[in-house]
Amino acid sequence: MAKEKKKEEKEEVRVGVFVCHCGSNIGGLIDCKTLAEYANNLPDVAHAEHNLYTCSETGLASIKKAVEENKLNRVVVASCTPRTHEPLFRECISEAGLNPYLFNFLNIRDQCTWVHMKCPEEAFEKAKDLIRMGTAKAIKLEPLDMVRVNINPSALVIGGGVAGMSAALSLSRQGFKTYLVEKEDKLGGRLNSLYKLFPHDIDASEFLDNIKKNIQNAQNLEVLTSSRVKTIDGFIGNFEIEIENQAEITKLSVGAIVVAVGSSLLTPTKLFGYDGKTRITQYELEPKLKNNEVKAKNVVMIQCVGSRIDERPYCSSVCCMTALKNALVLKESNPSINVTILFRDLYTPGTDYEEYYRKAREKGVLFIKYDLKNVPIVEEKAIKVYNEYIGEEMIIPYELLVLSTPLIANDDNKELAQMLKVPLEANKFFLEAHVKLRPNDFATDGVYVGGTAKWPVDITEAITQGYAAAARASRILSHETIEVEGATSSLPEYNKNLCTGCEVCVKVCPFHAIIKNEDDEIEIIEALCKGCGVCGATCTNQAIVIRHFTDDQIISEIEAFGG
Amino acid sequence: MENSSKSALIIGGGIAGIQSALDLADMGIHVDMIEKKPCIGGRMAQLDKTFPTNDCSICILAPKLSECYRHPNITLYSHSEVQKVDGEMGNFSAQILKRARYIKEDACINCGLCAEKCPMRVEDEFDRQLRKRRAVYMYYLQGVPAIMTIDKEHCLWFTKNACRICEKACEREAIDFEQEDQTIKIDNIGSIIVATGYSLIEDIDNDILKNYGYKKYRNVVTALEYERLLSASGPQEGHVKRISDGKEPKRIAYLQCIGSRNDRAGKYCSAICCMYTTKEAMIAYEHNNTLESYVFYIDMRAGGKGFQSFLRRGETEYNIKYVKSKIAEIKVDNNENPIITYEDLDTAEVKQLQFDLVVLATCIIPPEGLENLAGILGIELDKNHFIKTPPFIPLETTRSGIFTCGCVHEPMDIPRSVAEASGAAARAAEIIKGG
Repeated sequence: MAKEKKKEEKEEVRVGVFVCHCGSNIGGLIDCKTLAEYANNLPDVAHAEHNLYTCSETGLASIKKAVEENKLNRVVVASCTPRTHEPLFRECISEAGLNPYLFNFLNIRDQCTWVHMKCPEEAFEKAKDLIRMGTAKAIKLEPLDMVRVNINPSALVIGGGVAGMSAALSLSRQGFKTYLVEKEDKLGGRLNSLYKLFPHDIDASEFLDNIKKNIQNAQNLEVLTSSRVKTIDGFIGNFEIEIENQAEITKLSVGAIVVAVGSSLLTPTKLFGYDGKTRITQYELEPKLKNNEVKAKNVVMIQCVGSRIDERPYCSSVCCMTALKNALVLKESNPSINVTILFRDLYTPGTDYEEYYRKAREKGVLFIKYDLKNVPIVEEKAIKVYNEYIGEEMIIPYELLVLSTPLIANDDNKELAQMLKVPLEANKFFLEAHVKLRPNDFATDGVYVGGTAKWPVDITEAITQGYAAAARASRILSHETIEVEGATSSLPEYNKNLCTGCEVCVKVCPFHAIIKNEDDEIEIIEALCKGCGVCGATCTNQAIVIRHFTDDQIISEIEAFGG
Repeated sequence: MENSSKSALIIGGGIAGIQSALDLADMGIHVDMIEKKPCIGGRMAQLDKTFPTNDCSICILAPKLSECYRHPNITLYSHSEVQKVDGEMGNFSAQILKRARYIKEDACINCGLCAEKCPMRVEDEFDRQLRKRRAVYMYYLQGVPAIMTIDKEHCLWFTKNACRICEKACEREAIDFEQEDQTIKIDNIGSIIVATGYSLIEDIDNDILKNYGYKKYRNVVTALEYERLLSASGPQEGHVKRISDGKEPKRIAYLQCIGSRNDRAGKYCSAICCMYTTKEAMIAYEHNNTLESYVFYIDMRAGGKGFQSFLRRGETEYNIKYVKSKIAEIKVDNNENPIITYEDLDTAEVKQLQFDLVVLATCIIPPEGLENLAGILGIELDKNHFIKTPPFIPLETTRSGIFTCGCVHEPMDIPRSVAEASGAAARAAEIIKGG
């Protein structure tokens, strides 16, 4: 390594700069051609060009060609964001025969043309600064190796509802030892409290029994009920877990974790006269339907109770179908019963649900739209609702009022999120890595998510997401070792005499990646390190080096900015 | 990478097929991916931005296209179709028709010289017929594989035995008029995933759209056409102008459920229109901050993560007015400005408004050729002619070992398509790894 480094230093530095138009995202505001010409005149730049989309196959081919023809040994791309595109360009220059870390990504879209959309001239000047600074840093870049970690081919699934059971079944069928942990004394989650399932009117208990049978017959699958996750340590491929079961601790070692803890129900205290008797929730109605206890002749249901309001702005996605289902069950057991559903927007997307809505209408369920400006008023024996369509207030009698309440995030999500070092969103559901393209990953490697832990979804989608999380975990578990980010912090041998052992770095590291080892020396666990740089910034004696963001590299950027 | 001996066959190279392929390939399973069009990318490649984050669509898709193309475990057959499937779960075999591009794939560098010289002008399918391409063409700018294709239907050499100008223009001698279609046999397929996406109602039948003046009035466009108009790589390079006179619209109407939730067309809900309409209105507003947008809807359906706050932002920050309504008719005045007569369902009044442009959120329908493909695969379709999946057994078709994901079995948005694609990959892997 040291030898290689010397050789690299002796070699003449030849930087290639590629300025991306990103369609009109960058090129629409600032002149990329002039930027490329500007870059071409910077020190040590051997080649500069501009591309409509540098990330397209054509753009990538152009980078490779330039590396070969101009003997480039540093590559700079000025474009969108490293968040989505850095891996692609690193791979590209690696295919061109360069170490992937001899690449520098300059963000002239998200942090320049997008945020300065109204100031094209200033944005252009800023882009020039960014290119000058980034090129100066590129000159100082050093090749780095990826970090290799071993993978334990086993998984922990947290939560034994339908999403968790699906994830566990798929992982075990793929041949991975799988542990399924459920805090209640039985599997099934919300399925245990439902009667029929929309839109196919299948018995929830029958459906659950079938899945449980598959779980019992599965090889490689161990179920731990009445159990909670107590601690989680380690990193991708090598997690160490403590499970608590009535004060008894079980230790598990797994390579990946799936979070499928589901969601909770809202008790609509003080909303629409809720009393748990004649004014109940849809979930309280389910057992009454099962036991055929509903004697009412007039049933009114109110949608969006406690959801799509300022306090809880989201749509819970499943309540409209739940209301339709229970309305249909009521109509079927007693065709003369009056069921009225007061709704804001009826949410029945796709093929089956829209048909379900039609069926409810055909069976005589009455639908009345209400608005937040005129919410229904619940009286002792009747509901007053302003019908916008006829422009009049209607009085609808009821003996049973059913409130459609949203699924809400579990209270203990925060605790689990902290253990896993993963984020929650504003409503306290788990936050995935990317809403569109990584819906079942966390930003933390080796941890995945599925089902209503992430957002309210129906059973079909919860099953799908359970499988999806299993696939994402399998990508890791299928390998004996994998490579992880090499731009980590390090305490190089030549700096060890600088370390005073003050342990400030151990305390500040947000990823618990720094420890004091058996020899009483500071040790950085590379597989855990995200290269955030906090340790390097706080190190009292500058002993810690942040690879890819060395002092030398950063100072050269600052000098380029100042000059 | 640990390779399994059995492979997976993925039919369809849109975002769903791509995600399935990448997941399986990353598990160490070999994947053969079949795409009918000259390039992978599917519908997502045609979109300008994506809701609810308003990420640039091609920008987040392009890395996946490249990954698919370069992955050592993925073999990509573009411009190809499945002709025959035999065998059973765990051991299928398939016959693939790989159509000739009349271009040497290893020689073409997509420089575009041939297209520059080609004298033929052909309606561009990718740009929804809003501009012309040449008979030798790149399917779309960022397409993967980045190889030109000669469109045999329109090429002068194939139709009139003349021209061959492209041959002279190509410096790499990549044009090959002698190329022939190839039949390729793939054995030892453990499982199959069908992800062939969707078509739109304007692709088959304009009857339902006639009521809304589509094709009759030039300032009535469909949402996908509008998406191309918004796109930087589209026919107007991202500057929205009216088709009739090139003027910048100041007031745009977005009509929901065109052919969806409709007894005379798709009875189902297309699931994504409420959201993409809001997105399109937001982008248009970003181009022009004086723009007024009206969304005429039946129910606003926004159940996904962050969708409700997206609608709120549309209303409060982007000057979008949502009108619960029924459209009675559309006419135009002398300047081809559409005039909409509608019933406002909040007030039960009949009203009229004039617009500069009307955008129709048209119904998603099963993809072209699905019935034929279903016959080849021996799988059933549902009553709407999408792929049938048994109740509560998502991602499975009626034939063991064949899975499905994305819009080919039901209209859905990108996050759900991606989750389904990973889910289908897991199910496919169970067979390949377990068997």
